Parts: sequence; C-alpha cells; structure tokens
Amino acid sequence: MHYLVGEAMTGGYGDADILHECTIGVDEGEIAVVVGPNGAGKSTAMKAVFGMLGLRSGRVMMDGEDITALKPQERVRKGMGFVPQTNNVFPSLTVLENLEMGAFVRADDFSNTLSQVFELFPVLKEKAVQPAGELSGGQRQQVAVGRALMTQPKVLMLDEPTAGVSPIVMDELFDRIIEVARTGIAVLMVEQNAKQALHIADKGFVLVQGRNKYTDTGKALLADNDVRKAFLGG
Amino acid sequence: MDSLNALVVIANFVVVPGLAYGSQLALGALGVTMVYSVLRFSNFAHGELMSFGAMVTVLLTWWLQAQNIGLSVLPTALIALPIAMVVTVLLALATDKLVFSYYRQKRSESVTYLIVSVGVMFTIGGLIRFIIGPADRVFTDGQRFLLKARAFKKMTGLNEGLAIKTTQGVTIIVAVIVVALIFWFLNKTKTGKSMRAYSDNEDLALLSGINPERVVMITWIITGALAALAGTLYGLDKSYKPFTYLSLLLPIFASAIVGGVGNPVGAIIGGYVIAFSELFITFAYKKVATYMLPAAWAPEGLVQLLSTDYKIAVSFVILLVVLLIRPTGLFAGKTI
Ligand SMILES: Nc1ncnc2c1ncn2[C@@H]1O[C@H](COP(=O)(O)OP(=O)(O)OP(=O)(O)O)[C@@H](O)[C@H]1O
Ligand SMILES: [Mg+2]
Repeated sequence: MHYLVGEAMTGGYGDADILHECTIGVDEGEIAVVVGPNGAGKSTAMKAVFGMLGLRSGRVMMDGEDITALKPQERVRKGMGFVPQTNNVFPSLTVLENLEMGAFVRADDFSNTLSQVFELFPVLKEKAVQPAGELSGGQRQQVAVGRALMTQPKVLMLDEPTAGVSPIVMDELFDRIIEVARTGIAVLMVEQNAKQALHIADKGFVLVQGRNKYTDTGKALLADNDVRKAFLGG
Repeated sequence: MDSLNALVVIANFVVVPGLAYGSQLALGALGVTMVYSVLRFSNFAHGELMSFGAMVTVLLTWWLQAQNIGLSVLPTALIALPIAMVVTVLLALATDKLVFSYYRQKRSESVTYLIVSVGVMFTIGGLIRFIIGPADRVFTDGQRFLLKARAFKKMTGLNEGLAIKTTQGVTIIVAVIVVALIFWFLNKTKTGKSMRAYSDNEDLALLSGINPERVVMITWIITGALAALAGTLYGLDKSYKPFTYLSLLLPIFASAIVGGVGNPVGAIIGGYVIAFSELFITFAYKKVATYMLPAAWAPEGLVQLLSTDYKIAVSFVILLVVLLIRPTGLFAGKTI
C-alpha cells in the first residue's frame, strides 16, 4: 500500500475511457516515474490522481484515507502539489508572485519555504521581479516546480518537468528533484526521457493505452529486456 | 499674449473637459476590462449598470436634499455615492447569480455571454425607465465653479477665461484616488494577485487553491462599484439622462480596446485617448486661429474638423483603426 495511490482507475474525458484499471502510486521520500508512448494516458492518469477527472471506477488513497471525492483545491490543502505538463506558470505575474500564488492556501508565514525554493533554484531569485512569461523554457519549469513546492506538499506530482529543456538543464532538474525527494516528499512524475528517469526512480510504471503494462523498481525495468526493446530504445 | 490666449482657449474647451470626460471613460473602461479579463466576455450591460448606479445616486440625492442634508460647496451626490455603489454592487452580484453563473457552469462560449449581456442590458435599462423614467435630471448642487472664467481673467489679465467646474474637479480627483486604489489592490494584496493569477491561467489558479467563485464575486464587486462611480460622475458633470448611457457604451469599449482589452493601465490611457480625440476633432478652432494668425488670415467659418453631433464617429473610427492595425491594443491585452 502506497502513501499516495490511484488504484484501478477507469475513466476518461467523455464517454470513451482513456484509463483502464490503471494503478500508479508513490511512497514518502521516493521517486516514482510513469513512462509510456505518446497518448498512453500518462497525463490523464496524473489528472485522475489529482481529481481533475471523474473516475467511473477505482479510487485514490492518500495516507490511508480515501480522497476520491475531493476536489483538486481540497487535495492541495491535504498536501498534494501538481505541476501540469503545459501552461504551468502565470505568465504575466512575476516569478515572486508565481511563488506567492503557490502559497495561496497557506495562512502562515511562508518566507522560510520561499528561501528554500530560492536555494533550490537560485536563478529564480535573480529573476524574482521578472514576469514568468519572459523566462526561458528551463527557467519556467523551475518556476512551475517552485510554485508547487510553496505549499510544502507531502506529495509532488510532476508531468514532464523536463519537456523542452536541454540535456544539461534536464540533468540539473533531475538533481533538484532527487533533493526534493530526500526531504521526505513523495515525488510522482511522468517522463519522456524514460531511461534517465528510471535511473533515478525507486519505482516505475509503464503505461500503454491506459493500462499498466509493466510495474517494477526503476532498476528492474531498466534491466528488463522487453521493456528495453519496446520503450527504452534497446 | 495672443498665443497665451489661444492656449487658454484650448485649456478651457479641450484640456479641462477632456481630463474630466477621460476620467469618466477610464473608470467605465476599467470595469469593462475587469469583467473581460476575469470572466472572459465583453459585458454590454456595463453602460446600463453605470446608469443604474447614477440613478440610485439621483434618487438618494433628492431625498437628502429634501432632508436638508448637504455638503455646502460640494455636491450632495457625494454622500449618496457610496450607498449607490453598494446598491449597484448588489445588482451586479444578483445578475451574476441569476444569469451569468448559469452560463459559467455550462462553460459557454464568450459569444453566448456577450448576447446574454445584451439581454441583461435591456433588462436593467427597462428597470431604470420603470423606476425613474427617461427624462433628463439635473442633480448637481453646491458651488458650481472651482474657478470662474471672470476670476481667471481678472487674475491673469488675459482676454480669455478658464473655468473649472466643481464637478470636473471632483471627477478628476476621485478618478485618481480610485485608480490608485485599484492598482494597489491588484498588485499588492493577496486577493488582487489571485485575481490576476486567475485571469492569467484559470486552471493553474485552481491547482493553487484559488477559489474561482470568490474571484468572480470580487470582480463583480469592483465592477459594480466602478460602474456606479463612473455613471454618477458622468451624470454630475453633464446631467442624468438614461439614454445617454447607451451611447456611452461605444466610447467606453473603444477606450478598453484601444488600451488593450483586459489591461487596466490600457483602459485608463485608452479613456483619455478617446476623450481627447473626440474633443480635439470636434473643437472649433476659429478663436485659436484668430489669435495665432495675422488678422488678414482670420477664418470665417468655425474651423471645425467634425461637428459635435458626430463625436461618436470619432470613437468608432479609432476603434476600427486600432482593430485593423493593432488588434491587441496599445498595450498587449488579455491580462490584468
Ligand atoms: N482534454 C482532453 N479531452 C479529450 N481527450 C483528451 C484530453 N486530453 C487528452 N485526451 C486524450 O486522451 C488520450 C491520452 O492522452 P494523455 O495526454 O493522457 O497522453 P500522454 O500519455 O500524457 O501523452 P504525451 O506523452 O503526449 O503527453 C489521448 O488519446 C488524448 O487524445
Ligand atoms: Mg502527457
């Protein structure tokens, strides 16, 4: 039983189901990676776990509690943070305002969290008063992750945090994500760069057409010949 | 001396009225822009909302006058205004609850909203005519001028006078204070920032725990208050006649669009751009020309580019030109 888990989730955007009995989950301090071909339903599965999608069957559990019926905002208050694949910053707000909006649900003083985020992503401090829409792709992803961290989530969900960034920035982002997980946060992320992602993953889920095809530790998946051939380019 | 006189003529007939009219348009356009950026539709009912606010002020002012309550030199309407703002906010919230919220739940297209807002416009318009009738009402009292033309002439020894009406002074001062407050609210408070965030990226605002219903409610509160304010200031300056608010809709939308719809700074600058264009184009330059040109060249006609009857055409042409050349407006629109 995982700390956060979407169990046997079935559902989609309209009448047709995209997810079929799909299960993804993660534990505290761990990194779980969801990989699979384009259109496999990875983003859909993440949205389902975050409550942005009605499920026809299955449930979402967090810390032993059934949260299937909760709205996304309520899940934020429960300690979930989500960085969507696209449109994940407020473009006309400054970097600092983006981070403040991340802390919107917090009534306490969040200046500590802010300095932690600035420590993790020093470039954000430099660009604090610049509108997020004017930043480079990699910097924008850092704003997006930073915004999600501002609630001090127990679970951080990332949908392709390295999309559109250079390999160097990608390595750096992965390092940051490992750091985040070391602080005890559960990190559930979708990755296009399956090989690199599985290297840092404690757990891996391979989705195909909305179904779990393979589920194992990151190491085991990397070592599995079938997985390598079909999904990791040999 | 002559050029000074010419300047005073322009100041008296264009600059002072332009600042007042521009402020009224700016406040109106600010309301339109707020609704556009948060609720994502062009609210055609905004003119009638302004008219409604002005009507409540007129009714309250009459009552206050009957009780002999006043502000001596300042118009009594200033006491009535805050209450009218509250009443107008309630009307704005009621239309949202009864009408717009339904289409929000259905996630309707913005064209649908626009048509619906036309319906709301006619309904509020009918309500106003039912309550106060279509007639022209003057409700200004107190001292009429801050600066009288005669006093100005005596002071300066010039031929031409400069007059500033109390209502013009009140309009400009109130507009400056309110605009400063709105910008402070949007840029410095948590709620204001959350409104900008919501306007920027609705889905991410939801993910951040921002409550959309609250954002929508605050938007209507600000819109209603601004509408009552703009409507009352316009009515004080001219007179209160329900019909004129319908024709104010064009210059107000032109202001919002010229500045970049959805952008509050743009709405304010757009307001002044439209006001001054209207006045400069419909101004009769005869007197100015007489002062500036040798006597032999003195013009016979009014030297007017366009009769004041056609002033609405000015907003229309500016609107068309902006939409053709720079559809996003002077400042990039669509955000607050
Ligand atoms: N908002 C939506 N409405 C309807 N169908 C959608 C929507 N979003 C995605 N889909 C469909 O759901 C299926 C799965 O899409 P999803 O975005 O989950 O894939 P993915 O695995 O994240 O792909 P990618 O690797 O390209 O991001 C696709 O067939 C897609 O067309
Ligand atoms: Mg995806």
